[in-house]
Amino acid sequence: MTATLDTATAPGDQRARTTALAARLRAAVGEPRVLTDHAQLRTYECDGLANFRVTPAVVVLAECTQHVVDAVRLCSEAGVPFVARGSGTGLSGGALPVSDGVVIVLSRMRSLGPVDADNARVVVEPGVINLWVTRDAAPYNLAYAPDPSSQQVCSIGGNVAENAGGAHCLKYGFTVNHVLGAEVVLPDGSLVHLGGTAPEHPGYDLLGAFIGSEGTLGIATSMTLRLVRVPEAVQTMLVGFSSVDDAAGTVSDIIAAGILPAAIEMMDALAIEAAEAAVHCGYPEGAVAVLVIELDGPQVEVEAQFAQVEQIALARKAFETRIAQDAAERALMWKGRKSAFAAVGRISPAYFVQDGVIPRTQLPEVLREISRMADVVGLRVANVFHAGDGNLHPLVLFDDAVDGQAHAAEELAGDILELCITSGGSITGEHGVGAEKRMKMGKQFTPEDLDTMQLVRCAFDPDGIANPGKVFPTPRMCGERPGPRTGEHPVQAAGLGEVF
Amino acid sequence: MTSVSATAVSTTRPGTHDDAVVGVVPDEVVRPADAGELVEVMRTAHAGARTVLAAGGRSKLGWAPAPRSVDLLVDTTGLDRVVEHTAGDLVVIAEAGVRLSVLQEQLAAAGQWLALDPPEPGATLGGILSANAAGPRRLRYGTVRDLLIGVTVVLADGTVAHAGGKVVKNVAGYDLGKLYTGAHGTLGVVASTTWRLHPVPAARRVVVLDLADPLAAGPLAIALARSTLTPTAVELRATIGGPASLTVVFEAIAESVTSQADAAVRLLGGGRQDDQLPEHFGERPRATDDLVLRLAFAPASLTAVLGALPAGTEVTASACTGIAHVVLPDPGALPALRAALLPHDGSAVVLSASPALRSALDHWGPLGDAVALMERVKDRFDPDRRLAPGRFVGGI
Repeated sequence: MTATLDTATAPGDQRARTTALAARLRAAVGEPRVLTDHAQLRTYECDGLANFRVTPAVVVLAECTQHVVDAVRLCSEAGVPFVARGSGTGLSGGALPVSDGVVIVLSRMRSLGPVDADNARVVVEPGVINLWVTRDAAPYNLAYAPDPSSQQVCSIGGNVAENAGGAHCLKYGFTVNHVLGAEVVLPDGSLVHLGGTAPEHPGYDLLGAFIGSEGTLGIATSMTLRLVRVPEAVQTMLVGFSSVDDAAGTVSDIIAAGILPAAIEMMDALAIEAAEAAVHCGYPEGAVAVLVIELDGPQVEVEAQFAQVEQIALARKAFETRIAQDAAERALMWKGRKSAFAAVGRISPAYFVQDGVIPRTQLPEVLREISRMADVVGLRVANVFHAGDGNLHPLVLFDDAVDGQAHAAEELAGDILELCITSGGSITGEHGVGAEKRMKMGKQFTPEDLDTMQLVRCAFDPDGIANPGKVFPTPRMCGERPGPRTGEHPVQAAGLGEVF
Repeated sequence: MTSVSATAVSTTRPGTHDDAVVGVVPDEVVRPADAGELVEVMRTAHAGARTVLAAGGRSKLGWAPAPRSVDLLVDTTGLDRVVEHTAGDLVVIAEAGVRLSVLQEQLAAAGQWLALDPPEPGATLGGILSANAAGPRRLRYGTVRDLLIGVTVVLADGTVAHAGGKVVKNVAGYDLGKLYTGAHGTLGVVASTTWRLHPVPAARRVVVLDLADPLAAGPLAIALARSTLTPTAVELRATIGGPASLTVVFEAIAESVTSQADAAVRLLGGGRQDDQLPEHFGERPRATDDLVLRLAFAPASLTAVLGALPAGTEVTASACTGIAHVVLPDPGALPALRAALLPHDGSAVVLSASPALRSALDHWGPLGDAVALMERVKDRFDPDRRLAPGRFVGGI
């Protein structure tokens, strides 16, 4: 039985089934950990993508692996879909509940550590907050590298589901590069161990496929994280430019010079204005664009390359280069950047945030095109993003009190994603596809590509009960075996690329 | 889609003993000239229910067990185009048959490289991906899974499937590149690969420390890993019970490598400096008839692992990463070694062995509790078990 067939069930049957499942869940994990009261359920009706809301039928507050095993097994037996949820900060609706389904909340599973300093590893449960890992590792001069802007509140379980990134993944990579092992509850309730403390366990790298699968392959109940040595030196520079082109050109020039900064972040005038109003970060006055550039590593290396970066920026007509003199000043530079999303809420009643990726070399053209597209429909777009990675976060501002503006903004956001695809990029760099962008997957991938991904899903979740309706544009029964297709691929036909 | 051409037909020939894969001679060998021909070859093989095994430079065929059957060996070296190198994006797209050495030469002109340095000469990108081969610089840059950003694979039935893309940061859809990495061609034949690149470092400085006892390398490796030094490689060469040397490689700007090498000498309590890598740097120990293994274990367990190896065992180890290659003088010692590795989350996988040894050996060792799931994955991708049958864990 699959979730997609459930819509055919009569409402009365559905209610009876849900009641029976809730009773079994209570018997298995304990009365107080199972919520069915409508007011309580509404707490879980959305994640960080708040314009998508679905009230689940049941919420399970898991406190240990066995609770997750029990909950998933009972869902599997009842043929009821389940959705895992951590802190609920995801921006693509990955934790959006399924109507009549179960939400399994993992935020009470917060066991962390101890830090294994010699192996630079730590084992954590999924509800552990990202920043706590670095906090606990700090006494050993270690840190957990992935640092999404929400790191003070987002959970490692959610990070693993979404393959979370952050400002420093330019140099350090993403969650998938820093998770070495996981205990996973498969959608039939069985438990498997993928990877571990050691590298290269014999067998398929199922962990690599699991990370970033957005809850569609199972639920991780424990993860072994790789920690990195805190570098000897860190230097951060804030650079002000009079044009977006010059800022973008500086990014390319730095990379072309063979320098790999820990982070290169960019904000445009609108994003600067918002951040300034919100957190008074003291960004250069009159800047049309700023870059936050951070280098880390051995002291001599950082100093030499920092000087080189400053020269590159000045050659691109930077009008101000400000170097953080201490940790407090560095924190302020980052505060402006990391609070930008929330800050934009202060200058606009509403906004859509996007997460497209483009090849770095196309930054100037793509930013110009976004600006042109925004002008055409009369909307404002604030850009605040990971420039070194080409990972754009255009914030499309709108006022939902104005008739039709929300719709226009949604269309513009969608058009920007398509621009990313035609530029050779991706519809998501770190937020995930989730419920929000699944209809765009067919623009980035061929039907064969998506069918092949489904092969993996069907191996893990033949009944399609793990977070159905996410990532993929159309659910497919696992019994169907796709044959080779003939004819021209849509991607090829649209002139977006060769099949090879 | 390119249809099968006269060229494709003319490049099909009977298999010979030189084509044997761990002793199994393929009935036929075909060398598609391009990706379109590869698709045609796979479709035809699928229609004819033939077993298929892909090979590139054939430098690592011994890393997996003998196939149960090979009707058709697909030689991928004809897929030799470097499709796109965008220097400003630090990204390259190259077909599976491109040899790593050829690619590196081309990238070097732009001051860049693919940060993989497996030592096998003639290795192709497809083979490196499929065998998950890496070398000493895995310490700094990681392995295939950290550098591959996109892949195109031809599945058992001829379906062409892409995953990833040509931007480094990309979380759209499942990351199937990870799944194909190290799968020894049991899920599909790799046609094209897309990689993240790195700038070639400007300078190099090497510190070599001779050790009277190989086991002394363990604490030194931990000390290096916990320091702020950023070596690109820390390599141990040793014979258990005999001499050993630890090579620490710094590759960065000149100011940095000089000061780091000095600091490393202080930290290690000695060592001689050089600008050149020592002879045989990064090579894996080789033996024609003996048993060569790849060990993987928790990195800080190096001392314990070295201590579990019988006297006379030749070892090279990427000392800070938990990877070692060994020639085990007595193959009978393998079960005991595997048992000794277990507390360190360790494994010992066969890389080469004499034919007589192979038939008696457990190639992979203990496999954990995910093998059934791996079989389900295989069954979805290749339900008729025609791709490199028997070449993977659990008889996959």
